[in-house]
Amino acid sequence: MRILLYVLFGIGVLFNGLGALALLRFPDVYTRLHGATKCTTFGSIFTAAAVIAYGFVRGGAEYQTLAIHAIIALLALLITNPTGSHAIARASYRSGIKPVGAVVDKLEDPS
Amino acid sequence: MIIDPITFFVVAVCLVFFALFSMVRIGLGPTAGDRVVGLDTLNTLVVSAMIVLGAAFDQVIFVDVAIIYALLSFVGTLYIARYLERGL
Repeated sequence: MRILLYVLFGIGVLFNGLGALALLRFPDVYTRLHGATKCTTFGSIFTAAAVIAYGFVRGGAEYQTLAIHAIIALLALLITNPTGSHAIARASYRSGIKPVGAVVDKLEDPS
Repeated sequence: MIIDPITFFVVAVCLVFFALFSMVRIGLGPTAGDRVVGLDTLNTLVVSAMIVLGAAFDQVIFVDVAIIYALLSFVGTLYIARYLERGL
């Protein structure tokens, strides 16, 4: 059980770190959004899963409450994070930011 | 004790350290879109750090604060995206 918790925390911290590194290393808005949003969502699933497993294994009313509230927080994060990143990508395209190195824009209005 | 409680603090310090990376991107970002991406990442990292700290201190109220923070930061991100798209 202890090994499972350490593995969940390790995967979560690794992917959150990769997301933060992607934010620093990638060249433009769309690639940064791609790296940061997907990696931090995946890593947050694993750190929250470790807390949920800890709450259910520890037992007792207080720790089960902790686990259930962590499930609700994880659901809120899972619903809001992709929606927000979609809105950011759409807004930055409409405000005229082009991807670095793009030569053709197939989304552009032909009018 | 199932797991050493110092583990939760180590994980939370790592997440806060990654949040500093996204604050660097908020400061440096050449366009407004880059800054919004950094803000979104910062919010996600703070929410997951709050969940871990709730388990570390055995306080359920931290996780409740994390739920409300996630929903409010989503509303904030949507409003900033709408502002970038067509102005206020």
